[in-house]
Amino acid sequence: MASVPAPDARLASDHAPTPQQTATQAAADSSAKAGADERVRDIGPVRRFLGRPEFGSLSGTVLVFLLFAVVAGNSGMFSAEGIVNWGTVAAFLGLIAVGAALLMIGGEFDLSVGSMIGFAGMMLTIPALYWGWPLWLSCLFAFALALGFGALNGVLVIRTGLPSFIVTLAFYFILRGLSLALSILLTGKTIISANESLTLHDLVQADPVFNFLFSGHVLKDLFNSLAQAGVIAARDDGVALAIGVPKVVVWWIVLTLAGAFMLARTRFGNWIIAAGGDPTAAKNVGIPVARVKIVLFMLMALCSTLFAVLQVADAGSAAADRGLQKEFEAIIAAVIGGCLLTGGYGSVIGAALGALIFGVVQIGIGYTSIDNNWYRVFLGLMLLIAVIFNNFIRRRVALGARRGG
Amino acid sequence: MGSIKPPQGGSEYILELDAVSKYFGSVIALKDVTLRLRPGEVHCLLGDNGAGKSTLIKMLAGVYAPDHGEYRVDGAPVHFRSPCDALDRGIATVYQDLALVPLMSVARNFFMGREPRRRLLGVFPVMDHAMAGTLSSEKLAEMGIRVRDADQMVGTMSGGEKQCLAIARAIHFGARVLILDEPTAALGVKQSFNVLRLIDRARARGISVIFITHNVNHAYPIGDTFTLLNRGRSLGTFAHDGISRDEVLDMMAGGAEMQKLMAELEGVRI
Repeated sequence: MASVPAPDARLASDHAPTPQQTATQAAADSSAKAGADERVRDIGPVRRFLGRPEFGSLSGTVLVFLLFAVVAGNSGMFSAEGIVNWGTVAAFLGLIAVGAALLMIGGEFDLSVGSMIGFAGMMLTIPALYWGWPLWLSCLFAFALALGFGALNGVLVIRTGLPSFIVTLAFYFILRGLSLALSILLTGKTIISANESLTLHDLVQADPVFNFLFSGHVLKDLFNSLAQAGVIAARDDGVALAIGVPKVVVWWIVLTLAGAFMLARTRFGNWIIAAGGDPTAAKNVGIPVARVKIVLFMLMALCSTLFAVLQVADAGSAAADRGLQKEFEAIIAAVIGGCLLTGGYGSVIGAALGALIFGVVQIGIGYTSIDNNWYRVFLGLMLLIAVIFNNFIRRRVALGARRGG
Repeated sequence: MGSIKPPQGGSEYILELDAVSKYFGSVIALKDVTLRLRPGEVHCLLGDNGAGKSTLIKMLAGVYAPDHGEYRVDGAPVHFRSPCDALDRGIATVYQDLALVPLMSVARNFFMGREPRRRLLGVFPVMDHAMAGTLSSEKLAEMGIRVRDADQMVGTMSGGEKQCLAIARAIHFGARVLILDEPTAALGVKQSFNVLRLIDRARARGISVIFITHNVNHAYPIGDTFTLLNRGRSLGTFAHDGISRDEVLDMMAGGAEMQKLMAELEGVRI
C-alpha cells in the first residue's frame, strides 16, 4: 500500500485546531485557516440581497417611480386610469420578457419575437375571418404554428451550432416577410379587422372561452364600487373611468409567477440555469441540454403568441407589422432584470420589473412636459447602467473576490 | 444512492479494456491498449501530453466506443452509447473542467442533473432545496470540506475545493469506479495533497479510482498500480511494489530529459 497520509489526519480546512498540534502544523494551518475564513465569511442579509439578480431592477424600479412621482405626481399618472395605462404597456412587454429572461438564462436569444407577434396575430385572424374557422380553433392554430417555429429555431441552433443570434435573426426576416406576404396573398390586405359580414370584435364576443381568456377586464365591480366610494375617478354615470384590470395584466402576473417558480423551484429550472451557465458541464452530468434549449425557444414563441392574441383581442384587428422592435424591448427588460447576456444567471421577477420600468417610462413621459422621444434615450441609458451594474455586482458579490489558489 | 455495490460476476477486475484501439481518421489515438482495474485499487494512468490519456478516459466514460478490442465491466462486455450508460454502471468521470457551473450554488451544483424532488402541496414536483443544501454540506463534510453555506456560489470556491466537490458528488451518486482526469493539474501543492487524501478516502470506502496525471510525484505515493501510456501505446502496467518512482519517471520521460525533470520535480515532492 502506498505511503498515504492517515485518513484521520486533520484537514487544513478544518476549524478549531487542537492545542496538541505541533508548532509546524499550526503554522501550516494558520495560512489555510485564514483562507477558510475568507471563503466562508458570513455575508449579511444586506450583502445577500445585493447579490440577488433582482437587486438592480428593484432599485431601478424604485428610482423610476420616485422620479415620476416628483415630475408627474399630480398629472394623473398615478390615478387608476394612469396605472392601468402604463400597467398595460408593462404587462404586454412583461409577457415576452418572461420568455426572453428564461431563454437568456438558458444561454440563448430570440430576435424573432417581434416578427413572431405579427405572424401569430395574422395566423389567428386570417383563419377566423377568411376561412370560417371558429375562433378557438384558429387560436390553437396560431399557437401550434408558433410552437413549431419556436422548436425550429431551437433545433436549428442546436443542430448547426450557430449562435442563436444568427438563426433567430434569419427568422426575424422570415417571419416578418411571411406575415406580410401571406396576408397579401390570402386577404389582399396587411391590416385585417373584419370580413364582408363580421368584425373580429363580433367573433371575440361570440366565443365565450376566447372572450373569457383574452378579452376585456377583470375586477370591474371592484373598480365601480371604488368609483362610487369616490376613491377613483368616475364618469358622469357613476361607472369607473378605469374599467378594470386588463386581462393582459392578469396573464403577465400569472406567467411571471409561473416562470419564477419554475426557475427557482423546479428541476427544469435547475436545468435551465445549468444549461446556460455551462452547457458542457450540464451535458456531462446528464442534463438534456438540447431539449432544455428547444423547450425554451418554444416557450418564448408561446409568450410571443400570447402577446399577439391579447393584442388582437384588445385592438380588434391584426396587422402584419405588429410587434416591431419587441425582441429588443424584451431583451432590455430581461437585462435590466439582472439576466446575464452570457446566460446562467438571472431572474424572471427581475425581468417583470424591467418591463414595469419600461412601461412606466414610456407612458410616464407623456404625463410630463418632456418630449416623448426622450424615453428611448432614457431606456438606452437605463440598459447601459443595468448591464454595467449587474456585471459589477456579479463580480463583487455573487462571485466574491477570489484570493489564493 | 451512495452505497457501493460489490462487483458482480466472476471477474477479478471491475473494469477491463482489452487491447483497445481508437482511430480518428488517419490518427492512431490508441493502439492495443490494455488496462485492468481491480476493485478498490487506485490505478494511475500516466503519460505525457498526447499520449492518449484523454481518449482512453473518454472511452472508459462512454464518450467514444473502441474501434477494436473489448471493454468489459464486471467481466461482461459492454457497449456504452453515452456517458449516461457508463454512469448507470457506476463509472463516473470527473473531467478537468469538473462539470461545475460557477454561477450556481454548491447545492445546485451537487445535485445538478439529479435534483432531489418532493411534491409541493402533494401535487407539484419541486426541487427539494432544503434537502439538497443539507445533504450536499454533509457529503462535503464527510470528504473533509467545510461549507458553511450550501447557497454560496461555486465560483467563490478555490480550485481544490471545486475538485473535492466534483469528486464528492461522483461518490455520492454511487460511483464504484471514479475516473479522475488530472485532478491535481491546476492545483497548488497543498491543494493537490488534499485531493490525494480524498482519493485515499475513496479507496478506503472500496471505490476503485483511475487517476490520470502526468505528475509522478502525485501518482506514486497514492497508486497501487501504474499504467504508462506513450504515443497511444501502453508501456505496461506495474504494481506499486514492482517499480520505483524513478523507474516510472524514467519510462514517462525518457533518459535524456530525466535529470532536468528530476531537478524540477524534487521541489514538489510530497
